[in-house]
Amino acid sequence: MEPAKFDRPVEIQVGIADYKIGREPARLITLGLGSCVGVSLYDPALKLGGLLHLMLPDSTQFNNVTKPAKFADLGIPLLIDEMKKNGAHLSRLQAKLVGGAQMFSGLDSKMILNIGQRNVEKARAMLREAGIPILAEEVGGNRGRTMIFDTSNGQVSIRMLGSKLKVI
Amino acid sequence: MSYRNLSPVELDALREISNIGLGNAVTSLAQLINRRVNMRVPRSSFLPFEEMIELVGGYEELVGCVSLRVLGDAPGIVLYIFDGESTLRLVDMLLGLPVGTTGELDEMARSAIKEIGNVLTGSFVSAISMMTGLNMITTVPLFAFDMLGAVLTSLMVAAGRVEEQVLVIETELFQEDETLIKGHFFLLTEPGAIERLMAALGL
Repeated sequence: MEPAKFDRPVEIQVGIADYKIGREPARLITLGLGSCVGVSLYDPALKLGGLLHLMLPDSTQFNNVTKPAKFADLGIPLLIDEMKKNGAHLSRLQAKLVGGAQMFSGLDSKMILNIGQRNVEKARAMLREAGIPILAEEVGGNRGRTMIFDTSNGQVSIRMLGSKLKVI
Repeated sequence: MSYRNLSPVELDALREISNIGLGNAVTSLAQLINRRVNMRVPRSSFLPFEEMIELVGGYEELVGCVSLRVLGDAPGIVLYIFDGESTLRLVDMLLGLPVGTTGELDEMARSAIKEIGNVLTGSFVSAISMMTGLNMITTVPLFAFDMLGAVLTSLMVAAGRVEEQVLVIETELFQEDETLIKGHFFLLTEPGAIERLMAALGL
C-alpha cells in the first residue's frame, strides 16, 4: 500500500434540481438518478468540473418556476455560465450524461410518459446548441443510478444496486 | 395547491380519514393472505418531497413501490413504499410461503406486489368514498424495485407534483409472529380534491 500523501478527496453533494462546481481533487456526487438526468461539464485544462441534477426537460410548460436548475432548458445554461465564471473556456468543455431511466413498469400509459427519455433528448439538444461535445453517456434503461464525477481526471463512475461500479 | 393553506382542523380531518382508509386497507390485506395483520401508524405529516425522501430512508436504499392513480371527484395519486426486505416478505405472505423464501423478484412476485397495491388502495379509497359520498375509482398499479431516490423522484415528476407538500403516513404492518412489514403510505392530491373532501365532510 502506498502511504497516504493527500487528504481524502473532497466530496461535494449535488441535490435534486441543483448544480455545483468543484476543482481537483473534488468529487461531485449526485444520488439516485431515476428519470432525472445528471449532466457533468469538465474543463480538462483547469481540472474544473460542474454537475447538474435536472428533473424535467422544459420549463416553458410551467408558469411558476422557482428552481431553474430543475429544468434542462434553464439548468444547462446556468451550469455553463457558472463554469465560465470560474474561468472555464467554452471551447474546452466536455459533457457526460447519466440517468433518464424509466423506473416504473405497468399498464397505466398516462403515468408512463417517458420523461427520462425526454430529459436526455433535451439535454443533448441544449449541449449541441452550446457547442459542447458529449464524450460519454449512460442513459435509458430501467435502473436507478448514482453519479460520481472525479474532477481530477473527468471520469464519471456510475453506481447501481446489485451491479459493479461502471466508469465512463 | 399547497397544504400550507389548510387549517389545523382540516389537516386533522385529512389525517383522520386517511387513517380510517388505511385501517380498511389492512383489513383487506388480512383477508387476502388469510392471516391476522396488525397495523401501527407511528407518524403522519405533510412534507415537501425532498424531506419525504429523507423520512423514508437513504437515496440509494432498495425499496419496492406500488403506485395507483385515483380518479373521480377527488383525484390524486396513492403510493406505497416498502423497504427491500419488507417487499420480499410481503410476497412470501401473499403466496403463502415461509417468510424468507423469496430472495428476488420474478414476474410472479411483481404481480403479487402489484395486487397488494391494488387491494390496499381499493379498500383505502372505498372507505373514503363511503365516508364522504364522493365518487372515487383507481387505475391499474405501477411498480418499481430500486433506489429510493430514483423511484420517488421519477414518480413525482411523472405525476407533476414536484412543487407541493405530500401527506406521508408511516405504517408498520405485522403478523402474529411479529414479522414486520415496514412501509410508508403517501397521498398526493390534485388541486381542488382536498376542498371537495373537506366540503363532503362538512368542514
